[in-house]
Amino acid sequence: MSVKKVHDNQPKEFKFSDENLRKVEEILKRYPEKNKKSAVMPLLYLAQRQNDNWIPLAAMRYIANFLAMPYISVYEVATFYTMYNLAPVGKHFIQVCTTTPCLLRGADKIVKLCKENISPNENEISKKGNCSWMEVECLGACVSAPMVQINDDYYEDLDEKSTKEILTSLINDKPLKPGSYRGRKNTSPEKILISNGEKHA
Amino acid sequence: MPKITINGKEIEFEKGMTVLQACELADVEIPRFCYHEKLSIAGNCRMCLVEMDKSPKPIASCAMPAAEGMNIKTNTALVEKARKGVMEFLLANHPLDCPVCDQGGECDLQDQSLYYGVDKSRFVENKRDVKEKYMGPLIKTQMTRCIHCTRCVRFATEVAGVPEIGAIGRGENMEITTYLEKSMESELSANVIDLCPVGALTSKPYAFEARPWELKKTESVDVMDAVGSNIRVDTYNWEVKRILPRLNNEINEEWISDKTRYSCDGLLKQRLDVPYIKKNNKLQKSSWDEAINLLVDKINSVQPNEIAGHIGDMINMENALSFKKFFKSLKSENLEFREKNFYINSDEKMNYIFNSSISGIEDADLILLVGTNPRHEASILNARIRKTFVQKKIPIFSIGNPGDLTYGYEIIGDSTEDIKKIVNKEHDFSQKLLSAKKPIIIIGESALELKSGGYIFEELKKFLIKNNLINENWNGLNILAQNASTVGLLDLKILQGKNAKSSSFFNDLRNRKFKLLYLLGSDNLELKKNDEFIIYQGSHGDRGAEIADLILPSATYTEQNGLYENLEGRIQECKKASYPIGEALEDWKIFNRIIKKLGFKDRIANFDELRKEVLETVPNFLEINELPKKSVIKTNNVETSFYKEKIFARELDYYYTNSISRSSKTMSECRQIRQKIKKNGTNN
Repeated sequence: MSVKKVHDNQPKEFKFSDENLRKVEEILKRYPEKNKKSAVMPLLYLAQRQNDNWIPLAAMRYIANFLAMPYISVYEVATFYTMYNLAPVGKHFIQVCTTTPCLLRGADKIVKLCKENISPNENEISKKGNCSWMEVECLGACVSAPMVQINDDYYEDLDEKSTKEILTSLINDKPLKPGSYRGRKNTSPEKILISNGEKHA
Repeated sequence: MPKITINGKEIEFEKGMTVLQACELADVEIPRFCYHEKLSIAGNCRMCLVEMDKSPKPIASCAMPAAEGMNIKTNTALVEKARKGVMEFLLANHPLDCPVCDQGGECDLQDQSLYYGVDKSRFVENKRDVKEKYMGPLIKTQMTRCIHCTRCVRFATEVAGVPEIGAIGRGENMEITTYLEKSMESELSANVIDLCPVGALTSKPYAFEARPWELKKTESVDVMDAVGSNIRVDTYNWEVKRILPRLNNEINEEWISDKTRYSCDGLLKQRLDVPYIKKNNKLQKSSWDEAINLLVDKINSVQPNEIAGHIGDMINMENALSFKKFFKSLKSENLEFREKNFYINSDEKMNYIFNSSISGIEDADLILLVGTNPRHEASILNARIRKTFVQKKIPIFSIGNPGDLTYGYEIIGDSTEDIKKIVNKEHDFSQKLLSAKKPIIIIGESALELKSGGYIFEELKKFLIKNNLINENWNGLNILAQNASTVGLLDLKILQGKNAKSSSFFNDLRNRKFKLLYLLGSDNLELKKNDEFIIYQGSHGDRGAEIADLILPSATYTEQNGLYENLEGRIQECKKASYPIGEALEDWKIFNRIIKKLGFKDRIANFDELRKEVLETVPNFLEINELPKKSVIKTNNVETSFYKEKIFARELDYYYTNSISRSSKTMSECRQIRQKIKKNGTNN
């Protein structure tokens, strides 16, 4: 990981949509007027949502003016947090968890598949233009390791075969369903186990 | 007062002090990188760790408030180990490039690793490498050396008031940069170079010029504006290599403006080294004898009242006095030093100085700017206004729109009518002014240049006196002089006779009454040359030399001793750091030569006597480096006339205000960038 670079091609302008402006109003209500710059993080998130999952410089400036902050302060926040994307990502944005539990369960194989099927490097848009991937730190789903997050959904209990299927479906723009790929329901035990005389589903 | 024990010694400290400050009181040295007296506390370098009783871990002394009964130890094994540990971490990613680093010899990290560090490294991993960042023409960056103390970030945000530097990324990838690597848009930007404890931010124009121990250091004062910032001039042989600030809490604290710091390369260029005489419409090298003979012939061929003299913006008081004496022997009264005809009431000293003093700004509870842009006219003074604004949230108002001043202010009008309303208590602002206890009014030269300049000054003065806002304890009526020489020359009564009250010099100049015009270092006088004979005596081939028929080379402010009076009326000594180039001479010596040739007897015996006479002439003088004696301003009814005029702050070409800065390459680079920014809107 290195410091996040802003993208070369930046849109000239950014404005919150009417719907998001209503949300912004709600967000600003959470903070006292004199501390309104505390809203910078939710606002950046909102901007990322509105702008195809990445934040252009125009949006940072827009938010800075909105909250009466210096540009550099917003820029500092946006570069500090890894979950703000400062360059365009694919329509299907795959975040592969490579923290210890996932790695022990074979996350490196998923990374390899991503390299082969999507793009040789992280944060590169695939040839067809609809996917990109990156390695991330723990996504908090160790119980169903290894796993990936694709846009807002978790795909869990993966192996090479299921990963390949998922990636192919994404490349063809027909994404498979999220959830466990070993037939688990939520995070329940895989086989019916009896302990303490009780039956677990 | 509460007491604290430091290394077994009990000392008293003031409430609100930190442990580090208390240690300083006890003469115990604490190493530090991020802590700086004039900046907010960050506490991120961890170098100042000390041991405190009842604390399981060492504490960061810079961020820990001192409290009654604390027992601090700084000489224990634990502290030594902590310092060594911190130092090892700081050096983990710091390159070992001291031999090619410009900070070498004056580097905090170098010094402190010598005293507190370990002698070897256990770090075998790869060191990180950070790309250089562009920060404008003044600051050279080598960001791999950065230890992330964030002094520069805090300076830009807090003191300079231009939040453009920040830390991006996180953890090992944290980098200090300006927003999108633009140059910093501040007149104080280069102070981050002094603040940087390592060689990450160094001086671009001074890069690889010299090592600090090779330079001769002379403590002097600055003449780029009327603030009189205290500086240290570093010279290598004849050459002025760099100019650094000197701590003076009364004036510039620890900062100097970029113009003060970087005009010094102008001292090397465009210099006049020998006398020049215009022959066949071309300036040709000549000798002193020939030049003085020509000058004496010219003087003898005109009437005394056809001779006029104009004194420039950087002339010291001794030279000005000798010029005045020279003119007295010529029997001419046509002396002037103002570049534009602004109103000045020279009856009393309190009428033309910055009465509340620069450090006194911090006591103010309201500030009114009248036709002035202190950011450009006196950057250091503006920093003080900003400091007061940030600390005390005082309301600031302006008549006329000076643009971005780095602090918030309210524009309450833009014409002389508003002044009229204020003094007649018809303006909303009048009440605010009357309810203030220590108001400050700063009147700029732009306002005094107006036809109703006299009205503005005298009426505001009357208003303040009438309402007891000028009294023995407080005088908030301030004139913001722009040139280093202005106040001193007023004290020397350069404006005399009919000139003192009227604008006869400017009228006569316009009506071409003068046949012989003597410009003493004067480059900013607006003047269309006709058939008068112009003598330019100065150091640089600038605007004055361009129109001159005879050029006499003289010394710059770094090449001679001299007194300057800053806008507060404080007399300070500018010291000789170098010597004049070529055949150039100090101004008073040149006058002596001319006087001798003219056959007059009143020559100046020596410099010391000249200085003595200067100090005797100055009214309200107490001591060098001190403020003048305060006297309560008198109300003398001066007839002034009111005109309906617009009040504005005349735009100043900040990087190009005098002959030295106009000759400086660095200044013209800064100016180009400033103009580009202006053309393209803001940075963004």
